[in-house]
Amino acid sequence: MSDIKYLAPGTIEEAVKAMQAAGGKGFVLAGGTDLLVQMRSGAREPQTIVDVKKIPEMTTIEELPGGGFRIGAAVSGAVIGEHKKLVAAFPGVVEAINLIGSKQVQGRASAGGNLCNSSPAADSVPAMVAAGVTVQIAGPNGRREVPVEKFPTAPGRNCLQPGEIVVSLTLPAPAAGSSDAYLRLIPRTEMDIAVVGIGVSLTLKDGTVTAARVGLGAVAPTVLLVEDAAKALVGSKLDDAALEKAAAACRAACKPINDKRGTIEYRTKISGVLLKRAAKIAAQRASGATVGGTH
Amino acid sequence: MTAQVYKWIGTRPKRPDGADKVTGRARFGADFNMPGQLIGRVLRSPHPHAVIKSIDTSAAAALPGVRAVVTAADFPEQENLIVPAGEMQVNLRDVTRTIMAREKVLYEGHPVAAVAAASEAIAKQALALIKVEYALLPHVIDVEEAMKDGAPILHDHIRTDGVQPVPTKPSNIAKRIENLKGDVAKGFAEAEVVIERKYTTAPVHQAYIEPHACLASAAEDGQVSVWTTTQGHFQVRGFCSRLLQIETSQIRVTPSEIGGGFGGKTVVYLEPVAIRLSQKSGKPVKMVMTREEVFRASGPAPGGAMTVKIGAKKDGRIVAADITIALQAGAFPGSPIGPACWCSMACYDVDNIRVVGFDVVSNRPKVAAYRAPGAPISSFAVESTIDILAQELGMDPIDLRLKNAAMKGTKTHYGPVFDRIGLVECLEAAKNSAHYKSPVKPGHARGIAAGFWFNVGADSSAAAHVGEDGTVTVISGNPDIGGSRASLALMAAEELGVDYDKVRAVIADTHSIGFNFVTGGSRVTFATGMAVVNATKDAIKELRVRAAKIWGVDPEGVVWEGGKARPAGHNVGEFEPLTLAQIAAQAGKTGGPINGHAQLNAQGAGPGFGVHIADVRVDAETGHVVIDRYTAVQDVGTAIHPSYVEGQLQGGAVQGIGWALNEEYIYNAKGHLDNAGFLDYRIPVASDLPMIETILVEVPNPHHPYGVRGVGEVPIVPPLATIANAVARACGTRMTSLPISPPRLSAALDAAPKLAAE
Repeated sequence: MSDIKYLAPGTIEEAVKAMQAAGGKGFVLAGGTDLLVQMRSGAREPQTIVDVKKIPEMTTIEELPGGGFRIGAAVSGAVIGEHKKLVAAFPGVVEAINLIGSKQVQGRASAGGNLCNSSPAADSVPAMVAAGVTVQIAGPNGRREVPVEKFPTAPGRNCLQPGEIVVSLTLPAPAAGSSDAYLRLIPRTEMDIAVVGIGVSLTLKDGTVTAARVGLGAVAPTVLLVEDAAKALVGSKLDDAALEKAAAACRAACKPINDKRGTIEYRTKISGVLLKRAAKIAAQRASGATVGGTH
Repeated sequence: MTAQVYKWIGTRPKRPDGADKVTGRARFGADFNMPGQLIGRVLRSPHPHAVIKSIDTSAAAALPGVRAVVTAADFPEQENLIVPAGEMQVNLRDVTRTIMAREKVLYEGHPVAAVAAASEAIAKQALALIKVEYALLPHVIDVEEAMKDGAPILHDHIRTDGVQPVPTKPSNIAKRIENLKGDVAKGFAEAEVVIERKYTTAPVHQAYIEPHACLASAAEDGQVSVWTTTQGHFQVRGFCSRLLQIETSQIRVTPSEIGGGFGGKTVVYLEPVAIRLSQKSGKPVKMVMTREEVFRASGPAPGGAMTVKIGAKKDGRIVAADITIALQAGAFPGSPIGPACWCSMACYDVDNIRVVGFDVVSNRPKVAAYRAPGAPISSFAVESTIDILAQELGMDPIDLRLKNAAMKGTKTHYGPVFDRIGLVECLEAAKNSAHYKSPVKPGHARGIAAGFWFNVGADSSAAAHVGEDGTVTVISGNPDIGGSRASLALMAAEELGVDYDKVRAVIADTHSIGFNFVTGGSRVTFATGMAVVNATKDAIKELRVRAAKIWGVDPEGVVWEGGKARPAGHNVGEFEPLTLAQIAAQAGKTGGPINGHAQLNAQGAGPGFGVHIADVRVDAETGHVVIDRYTAVQDVGTAIHPSYVEGQLQGGAVQGIGWALNEEYIYNAKGHLDNAGFLDYRIPVASDLPMIETILVEVPNPHHPYGVRGVGEVPIVPPLATIANAVARACGTRMTSLPISPPRLSAALDAAPKLAAE
């Protein structure tokens, strides 16, 4: 109802200053696929909108020495999906980001925005947790880094302090023989929100898992890093016993609620089912075989 | 199958509304605006059941920019009187309370006040300033809970109708109806196999993409203009006339293009409110619902609870059926319990049938029609039971249905005797289809079900105007929700013997054509089509008179053939045939404009039957159902424009698939709807579906000049059971409750081994 101040700074520093000046009433606009919808529904009433799409560091993908990547927080899913090297190195992260919304939404929606919206059911986050992503944050006191699993703190809340913004997401160089996969369960086949989402990243040597990370979404107030599931997989050749042990670890990690999207029992069960399926896809990808991705 | 050879009927010309719709030129309900218009918004109840103790609108009225505020006090009380509207019976006492709550609010979202303001932002601010004092009451949502003794009572004046002696205490069961044919006890005594099951279906919404929207302008001289998205502008006029006590001639209603209705736009929500706000403010008032308002406060289809008991001989001959159906009417009586009961067993020629139905109120929005109202619900229960019988008897499910199929001469359990119908033809077409003959893929299973809808006729008016160049405008008064303009133009072109592109069909407002009953009951191509044929014949009669005048002969000596006036025989004289254009060019000299008119109450709507086939696969670990192949077979009478007919079959099938698999209203313990949006109210998306294959069976309706049967409603009837039957055969678990969503199916699959062990 009151006027909204719209700013489109060209640098991180200006963006931080603008956010600081706005107090608690400033919101970052990247793709806007969450913010604009929330404004329309009356859920958010910004006084200042800081559009970060004019900041080069936030809108580019950078290849890092050694094989890692830095993805600007405002890079759209469509741009990420067309980055061949990124797709080859982190197929699970990319398929997760590309599941957010429709084709049209993909042209705008960013992984950084998906993270900052801090939904426990965010598709990109379990995959980024599995991939060991680090979040680059800029604020009034300079820059800092946070492991992605530490970023969300509760549904709709995260560790950003007043004036801070997410600048980029760093994907560490994958070890030889590594790959990842993301699977989610939705009642439909697309245009839906995960009832359970799981990201699995594996490193294999001669068929044996030497390293693993598992990110589990929509089953707790925040996306979980399930270390016990990873431990169950490491040292195995993904035999049924190891997969079942890892699935059991996922089920044990779940702290879901009954809601309109699923029951406690269902979410718990599905976390184990998807762990097994995603681990197999990640392993096949790590061994060089290409496998169809999503559910 | 049609013996008739037509030039235009059965062809597939481009749709007359296509270009406007793909270019964005078409105007839908929210696209009408007037200078100086205000924006109207509705304040809605946050409670499912409460007494309104007081409403204080003074602060809202005092807000700068607010031009009018209305509450129930601005609408006259109505008597307890049932009148027909669309395919539903409505009670004006209840309709005025649906528009604006009076003593009580009866569901979350129930309107309690409305404002008109200079902007939407001011209107919203004003709503926040209205103070409503409520005294909360216990609520009830579920139909079976609402029927129990001790359930919270919605209406103290309701005594269950149809029960003797007349009850002394109020009840949520507004009505009990019973259809009886033969002797059910005797039938079951003869049965060798008896199957009995209990079923439930979830309430679902029509999910039209376009929300309710209107613009109303009340002038100083009392004349009222309304532009609105509706399936029946004459009904909008009628409702507004009665609810606001304005003569019908003072209200002109113009329908917009419609972004889906499916039955849900046969009632009024915004229009009377917008008119009253316009009258009070002296300005035009525009109102558009949000999607959330559409879900919380516009009429969905009911949820149902049913028991079905069917007895048969070992050879598959069904000898008895005993069925109970309870439907959730929502806040006021008037669920489609009648059609649900009638359609339940209409596919079968069975000697002994009893169907008992209950119309039950609960704290939900009052239901509205949704494609074949009631029929998908009762049909799900009956067709599931028949599938179980087929499995029990080891019979092919199509053969079992063929053995019991209704045909010409079958007396239904609700009274009428069928004339020529096409159920047997549909079952045979299904059996001989490429789909049914194909092997079922490994890991998949196949389900089938049949379905029925009466189709209706009723009142229509039409005109055919011949232009000075000999092209023709066909005018009628039914909003085009499924391709009626194309079909009406095709029939007029066929009748006239001129090219389709010389005929343009338009929909006139309430002041520009005679009364037309709503677009509903799959009646328009049948009934309004008949009116158009008659209006065209009337114009042809005039064309013959004019030709006779030009030739100086008796009009009886002129015939109309192949688009031309010709001498009836050699004794009339030798004249070159006159084309429509030639006669039109001379109209001024032969008597003035050439028009045809017709009005009728169409009788003899042809009942429609369909048979659907689905191949599905079930992910046993997740409960996710994948539809691999789907075919809809239907007796469509005569397919006037086959592409539109196929589209009706496909659309109905898809809506039924949504009903079967994922759609449901989810209420929390407080009686609030938890999924009032398309994110969590899951209609199917394109990637959920295979191409819906269609097979058009054409058994012409003997009561229509071109054999038309309604086609729009039958296709939503079979899918619920078709999917459930396929799922049961795929995973061995029979889902008797809809929707068959992944969590529910997964839970049922997990419970199944335990049940078997018990």
